[in-house]
Amino acid sequence: MTRTSVQAGLPPKPRAAVVRDALGVGTAVGLSGFAFGVTSAGAGMSVAQTCVLSLFVFTGASQFALVGALGTGGNPLAAAAGALLLGVRNAFYGLRLSQLLGLPAAVRPFAAQWVIDETSAVALAQPDRRLARLGFTVTGASLYAGWNITTFLGALGASALGDPAAWGLDVAGPAVFLALLLPMLRGRSTAASDAAGTDAAVPGGVADQRPIATTGPAGTGTSGGTARSTVGSTVGGTPGGTPGGTARSTAFPWQEAAVAALAVVLALACVPFVPAGVPVLVAVLAAPAVLAVSRLRARHSSRRSPRHSSRRSPRHSSRRSPRLSAGHSAGHSAGHSAGHSAGHSAGHSAPRSARRSPRGERR
Amino acid sequence: MIWAAIVVTAAGCYAVKLLGLSVPAAVLERPLVRRLAALVPIAALAALIALQTFADGRTLVVDARAAGLAAAAVALLLRAPFLVIVAVAVVVTAAVRALTG
Repeated sequence: MTRTSVQAGLPPKPRAAVVRDALGVGTAVGLSGFAFGVTSAGAGMSVAQTCVLSLFVFTGASQFALVGALGTGGNPLAAAAGALLLGVRNAFYGLRLSQLLGLPAAVRPFAAQWVIDETSAVALAQPDRRLARLGFTVTGASLYAGWNITTFLGALGASALGDPAAWGLDVAGPAVFLALLLPMLRGRSTAASDAAGTDAAVPGGVADQRPIATTGPAGTGTSGGTARSTVGSTVGGTPGGTPGGTARSTAFPWQEAAVAALAVVLALACVPFVPAGVPVLVAVLAAPAVLAVSRLRARHSSRRSPRHSSRRSPRHSSRRSPRLSAGHSAGHSAGHSAGHSAGHSAGHSAPRSARRSPRGERR
Repeated sequence: MIWAAIVVTAAGCYAVKLLGLSVPAAVLERPLVRRLAALVPIAALAALIALQTFADGRTLVVDARAAGLAAAAVALLLRAPFLVIVAVAVVVTAAVRALTG
């Protein structure tokens, strides 16, 4: 694969650096399990239920979604369905990681629980399999430990507070989701329309990766580099078929915004008519709806003015140029956190050199 | 029933993770699938924010939660760390409740 070219002619990356980055991400995000513990207890979950969620679900956005829905008296199965929808992206991380880590079949069931945004971001940012395994393991272990310990402490603390609503704790969930959503709406996710890339846009794994990684100590280490790698691979084009995929699936930021807006409208509109928990499921239909509309539009406009027409069509050119759009959103992602763009570095040659420099520049 | 939801979510989330590690790449690599996988969480998150901020049972209300969320948005735009964003939302909501309550 392109892995060989990635490795060519560059000094080996020290294991210590990988461990340091992984531990940084792991502890920083692990600490924010506290927010989940507090929110969960505030939503009426017992300490045991809260801890079981962190131990066995272990993907933050889903956990927040579940306790939020249950807290408002939602149908438990609808609540679970909503939480599962947020967990789907982990399958796409797993897809990337299975190629990268090359895990034996016997190990996969054990590694699977750690397949979340942060571990994927760290693992995919490594130049070779050995370091990727190291990064994945160290991030996974530190994050799993931290997330569960702080969940427990948060749940205990919140229980001691009494009525959670009086303390405003019921708004912690929406605030978390907002922190997860905004970066996606800025189009950062679109820079990497690559599998892992796109989905890391939802840092929800353990919900807080994005904000933490942006500001956290280790986050900055990986982030600048992977963001740049996206620029390199998206704009420059890379071997391995990504350019085609990128062009076809290139996201226009308006799609993200349209999906979010439509989802909000759908969800709120059906609140009076369906049981709690169901509005989220209805709102999720915004995604295929917007995708279908944009496909229709694309087909329509391509029929009118063929893609490679030598005649320029100023009205359409800006909207229809995937390259332009990719470059634009890649610019957005520069300097931001590791998650989404890390996917790109897995298979491409550009990332590595780009990745190394920010390490040096880091304060 | 809460335990049922927890078990279903835990089992489902784990299955999804394992699925990604186990299926052949071609299945999930199709652009449409990837695009949907990127947009579905956006829809879910946006809906959850709206519902948990404005829904009260089966009615829609604008209350202290909206103020808290707005404060969180400001903190977010100012690039505050994650825990600060959450704390700001919680504190503002509690303050508005205390003042209006």
